[in-house]
Order: sequence, then C-alpha cells, then structure tokens
Amino acid sequence: MALDKNGIAKRIAQELKDGWYVNLGIGIPTLVANYIPEGIEVEFQSENGILGMGPFPFDGEEDPDLINAGKQTITVRNGASFFDSATSFAMIRGQHVQLTVLGAMEVSQNGDIANWKIPGKMVKGMGGAMDLVASAENIIVAMMHSNKAGESKILKNCTLPLTGVGCVKKVVTELAVLEINEGKFHLLERAPGVSVEEIISKTEGELIVPNFVPEMQI
Amino acid sequence: MNKVVNNPKTALEGIQDGMTLMVGGFGLCGIPENSIAQLVKMGVKNLTCISNNAGVDDFGLGLLLQGKQVRKMISSYVGENDEFERQMLSGELEVDLIPQGSLAERCRAGGAGIPAFFTPAGYGTEVAQGKEVRIFNGKPHILESALTADFAIVKAWKGDTEGNLIYKATARNFNPMMAMAGKITIAEVEELVPAGTLDPNQIHTPGIFVQRIFQGEKFEKRIEQRTVRSK
Repeated sequence: MALDKNGIAKRIAQELKDGWYVNLGIGIPTLVANYIPEGIEVEFQSENGILGMGPFPFDGEEDPDLINAGKQTITVRNGASFFDSATSFAMIRGQHVQLTVLGAMEVSQNGDIANWKIPGKMVKGMGGAMDLVASAENIIVAMMHSNKAGESKILKNCTLPLTGVGCVKKVVTELAVLEINEGKFHLLERAPGVSVEEIISKTEGELIVPNFVPEMQI
Repeated sequence: MNKVVNNPKTALEGIQDGMTLMVGGFGLCGIPENSIAQLVKMGVKNLTCISNNAGVDDFGLGLLLQGKQVRKMISSYVGENDEFERQMLSGELEVDLIPQGSLAERCRAGGAGIPAFFTPAGYGTEVAQGKEVRIFNGKPHILESALTADFAIVKAWKGDTEGNLIYKATARNFNPMMAMAGKITIAEVEELVPAGTLDPNQIHTPGIFVQRIFQGEKFEKRIEQRTVRSK
C-alpha cells in the first residue's frame, strides 16, 4: 500500500544521523521531527533564526515572538539559541547544516528542483528554499509521486521555474525511495505492497531498476 | 546621545512619497506595528518596501497594500496575502522576489559597506537572470548587490535612550540587518529604559545604527499560525 504523509516522514527520519543539524521545510518535512529514531540526537534549525526547536506549545502557552519558518508557534529545547536571519543563512550557506528536507512540485533526473512558482497561477516566493538547495550537502525531497492531475512529478526535465539545479540527491514519495545519480533516477526501495511496475508507470524520468527492489522497513 | 522621540509621528517625520523603506519582521513576528499604523495615517504613497513578507490582508504591511501605498515590494515570500496577490497579478504592484538568505545578506552588506557579494543561491534560476556568474571552488555563484533604504523601521523588545537594542526570541529575524542598512533607522520597542540599564554584553544592535527610538503604545503581536498540542 502506498504510504501516507506520516509514512513518508517516517521513512525520511531513518536517514537522520546522530549529531546532525537539520532544516525541515513546510508540509511533510515538518512531520519528520515526530519520528526521530531512538538513540539518535539531532537538532532542528529553522531559517527564521532558531536552533534547537522543540514541539508545539501547550494550549495557552503560545508565544507570538517564538515561531518557526512556517509561522507556527513552537517551543525550544534546552540548549537552543536564537539569531538573526543573516546568521541563520550563514549556517545554511556555510554548510553547517547537514541535511535539508523539503517539498517539491517537480524533480528532474539530474537533480533539478522546482517548488516556488506556477507562472500565471501561483507566486508565493521562494523563501529560503533557493539558499537551502544551493548549499546543503544532503537534500531529501519529500513529496507525492504524482500531482493532483495524476501527472508524474519525477521528470526528465522540470517544466516549472527552477529553485535549484543539480542539487537533489534523494526523493521519498508515497511509493518509493529514489536516488539521483549520474543524471538518472535509481529505484532503491518500494513502499510495502507497491509493485515495481506501478512505480515505473508513474515515473516519467529515466529510472534504473535493479533486479531486486526491497520493501521499505517502516 | 539621546535618540528618544516621543511618539511614532515624530519618529517617522521625513518619510515622503516615493521613498524606500526597510521594514523588519518575519511574517507577523517582530514587525514594527506602531510605525506601520503611523504610515497608514500619514498616507505616504509610491513606497518601495523591503521586507521579508508582506503581512496578511488586514495586518502588518498588508495595511499599506490595502491603501495602495506601496509601489514595489522586495521580499522572499508573500504567500499569505490575497490583496497582495491580486495587485501583483493585475500589475498594480511591482514585486521583486529574492531568496531569503540573499535578502538578509544584501541588507547586511548595505549596512556594512560591502557593495556586492557572490552567493550560490539562485544560480540557474530566474533569480540569476542578468547577474554576473563566477566559479569559486568549482561551483557557480551569482553576484548580488547590497540594499540600503531611506528609512529602516525595526522592532525590538528592549531599547535604551542611546538606541541600543535587544530582541526577543525569533522576533529578531531581519531587524538587526535592516537597522544597519537604513540611512535613518527608527526603532520601536516594547520597553524603553535609561542608558546604563541594559547589560552591554547582551546588546544585539549597538546604538550607532539607530537614529530615533520610541516606546510603542501597544503591541497586538498577532499570531499567524497558532499551533498547539493538548496536555
């Protein structure tokens, strides 16, 4: 069965390594914080100026001066710190943050990503996404395999305005874990009960499929 | 040096039609709400506003958009404002969207006397159009120029009569860089105290960057996305 959003987040959480600083984007990526594997310590950075983000506050304990990049009220963990936006992006551009997880509208087989604009329809802006994808060592895209019209989002070439070029290394969807390598998608894992044929049929970009494709362990 | 002015009216004196303003804040967090209310009262028009976001329809910079006081916005994310989207798509409002880190660094550079810098953010995208590209350490970067403003309007938690500022939590965001980049910087604070009250070790923005300071009458501090968990 295809994963739900929490399942995608849970699978991505398995990629976390002890001691990493991690930036989570809005949407599915935010859910990754709920599934940190036992015995692993990571710290979450939010680009509006916080390291050491904690869970949402209890009702009545919200602080309007304490929000994440999605403008949600949050709390801090022991050892947290606040800083200005220039310092925040120094952490990001300077590659002090080890992993970025973000959503996308399209990803191409050479690692291009589009997630900020649909010409004539939707222009919200790129926020910090362009800075994040241009500099992060590890970028994992969390998204659905197809858009609402049923068209593949895993493409030969992106059709929407780009956020970054040649930067995405891994994509986790409700159907599969894909790695991008030498201009091609490589099928690493399939969601429990999902067939390789289904993944192939829903992937427009060039996809390398090994003889044996293991199921995700989640 | 005493930088104190009595009210927002005096603080914003000199702001005229067509000027460029930097306005601190991230979403509705850490925005100078008393000064924005005063800009609405003044009715100044054709403004260029440099601010990470554009507020929501009825709060923050959204109030200036409602009154069609803004000619151009320079921001990184403007997704929460219907009137903004309408004015942008109809061509009434000019919009320059730039990556958030580049926006922060461009303000910082403007205040720090650095006219331009290279960054990898935006290479290969629309943002890079018309900009010089150079390879450093095998990686392409684009040239981004510094930003300055006629007035920068920032919001801090505490300030003293010398203009020294301390921000609270994530309400700091763009305020320190914008304070540096304004030809005249106006700070509105929740609590204004005599010089000598704040610990010099804890100052975030040294008073040299602030020309006028006042204590805001009230702060609504509206929350954009109230998110809680149950006990």
